[in-house]
Amino acid sequence: MSELRTLTGWGGTAPTVAATLRATGSEVVAAVRQAGPRGLVARGLGRSYGDPAQNAGGTVLLPVPGPIDVDPSTGVVRTSAGTSLHDLMVELVPRGLFLPVTPGTRYVTVGGAIACDVHGKSHHVAGTFGRHVVSLELVTADGSTRTIGPDRDPELFWATVGGMGLTGVITRADLRTIPIETSYMSVTTTRLPDLDAALDAMRATDQGFTYSVAWIDTLARGRHLGRSVLSQGEHATRAELAGRAAQRPLVPPGNPRLAAPPHVPGGLVRPATVRAFNEAWFRKAPAHRVGEIQPMPAFFHPLDGVAAWNRLYGPRGFVQYQCVVPDDAEETMARIVERIAGEGHASFLSVLKRFGPGNEGLLSFPMAGWTLALDLPAHPGLADLLESLDELTVAVGGRVYLAKDARLGAARLREMYPRLDDFLDVRRRVDPAGVFQSDLSRRLEL
Amino acid sequence: MINALGQPQTVLLLGGTSDIAQAVVAAWARTCRPLVVLAARPGPRRDAAAARTAALGLGVDVVDFDAEQTDEHPALIDAVARKHDIDVAVVAFGLLGDEEQAWQDHDAAVALARVNYVGAVSVGVCLAEVMRRQGHGMIVALSSVAGERVRRSNFVYGSTKAGMDGFYLGLGEALRGSGAGVLVVRPGFVRTKMTEGRSPAPLSVTAEQVADAVVAGVARRAELVWVPTAMRGVMSGLRHVPRPLFRRLPL
Repeated sequence: MSELRTLTGWGGTAPTVAATLRATGSEVVAAVRQAGPRGLVARGLGRSYGDPAQNAGGTVLLPVPGPIDVDPSTGVVRTSAGTSLHDLMVELVPRGLFLPVTPGTRYVTVGGAIACDVHGKSHHVAGTFGRHVVSLELVTADGSTRTIGPDRDPELFWATVGGMGLTGVITRADLRTIPIETSYMSVTTTRLPDLDAALDAMRATDQGFTYSVAWIDTLARGRHLGRSVLSQGEHATRAELAGRAAQRPLVPPGNPRLAAPPHVPGGLVRPATVRAFNEAWFRKAPAHRVGEIQPMPAFFHPLDGVAAWNRLYGPRGFVQYQCVVPDDAEETMARIVERIAGEGHASFLSVLKRFGPGNEGLLSFPMAGWTLALDLPAHPGLADLLESLDELTVAVGGRVYLAKDARLGAARLREMYPRLDDFLDVRRRVDPAGVFQSDLSRRLEL
Repeated sequence: MINALGQPQTVLLLGGTSDIAQAVVAAWARTCRPLVVLAARPGPRRDAAAARTAALGLGVDVVDFDAEQTDEHPALIDAVARKHDIDVAVVAFGLLGDEEQAWQDHDAAVALARVNYVGAVSVGVCLAEVMRRQGHGMIVALSSVAGERVRRSNFVYGSTKAGMDGFYLGLGEALRGSGAGVLVVRPGFVRTKMTEGRSPAPLSVTAEQVADAVVAGVARRAELVWVPTAMRGVMSGLRHVPRPLFRRLPL
């Protein structure tokens, strides 16, 4: 039975109401066949910041976790799309396996990770999540279930990877894993005084690490503009562990011990508090420290330690802006950081990363270059700033990330995603009646 | 859709030629660029309003709308909603009339009641149905402080606004949980062509100020705003003034 629910993304903005339904197997097919005029979209754990997993007036399928089967000979794991990466890791880590790509939170579903073609700290080496999908099962608008992959209907596969759920409902996936000796990371931390130093350090040293990301203080101005703490790491080997960790090297991740209170008044996240936080955080980082052993959750998913941290932004919510500009557009990245710092909006530690090459995903976000992600309290006054950042980004052939976006318009999207028409062609082929719809698809005319 | 920053893609203006409706269009033209559906009686005023909207660089659609022809409202609003989601609908039509004529001339009194109350209720019901179906949307009802405590000097107009104000506040409650919302806007004296020739009351505002309040109210999904905000305190005081004293106030 469906239940009317008010849904938002992780940012807590633009709530809309949809008929929600938990469905697996043949129920998914039935739901797709019975979808009304406002269509249907599948939702994961609601960690997209904006509106891709909302469908005002239509149907939203909620995730159902399923069994996890690992093939020990190939290391390929088969699971349902509604299974979270957390559950997957709980299963994989004790076996000495890990996912080659993990985003900043493990509370996302496999289906959502494919639909958003998520990336992580390993992008410069491992590419996106979609690159490690051997095959997936997709229920398309005609109610048929197709198995697709990079070698089986690649056109539909690469429209589905990064396709924001608009080609069908992903129900199952086979994913490649990587072997790990321990559930610990050997981490190198470097404090960098300004943006140039941060970009130089990443360019010079990223290739020596599987994982690399910089936390950047986007409130620092003047000679501190773009000051960052670069965190790079590798999976620790058994030989690197000592004490209790060495006795139990493969510990699965736990659930959060803390949770943000359910009702937080607005205005907690404001420039003064954030500035103080960023300052303290930058100063506590070591100038340069090599080989520190950290548990994987601390390295990959520090924010997962506090459940529902998004509530700290209060009832009006927040938006995340994530853009990418090509490798040679460092100058533009500098102007973007400058522009953000100049406005002084309250942005907690933002993330700066150097991407490796993009993939065949028609709407996949990453491209070789520099990406910046920052959270900002939602406010109508942000519109001008974000539009100016769009303009800088588009001018050098960059784009923003649809899994984060909550405010772009259709015209800008076209400027950012050159293969948009190819995507729309595939969509017309597999979903001529437009069964798959979301608030995002209406906003961006997809 | 209304995006995370409160910017709509499509705005329906019922009574699209009013000064406040036009100011609302101009305010949104500065922040986002919604498609505007102008619903008004055909004629030179509507043509001029459409031309002004187009000159702001916005897409314009015009539809024939007469607040008194309530029979036509369901089909009309349904037709608009079938073309595009109605993200925001502004109920901007209204008559002021001559106050003394309004309570002594039967036709004038009935016309005021029909346009300001019956017409407003009629479109409100239609909009609510459309927006429930959409699972989202904002209805903006342009009420007036005149309806907060109805006074002798313009009680026919005031009573119609009191009625429509109450209807839309109630509609907002009824729509809770549906995804749709209602914003009731209570301006004080607005200097527009409707009030031309009258001496402005204290705390009078411009159509632009009302428009800014509408745009900001939609963005934060507000339920009730006063323009200017100080009007809320003033009216809450006036509401409790004993009748014999209220009668003597120069209002």
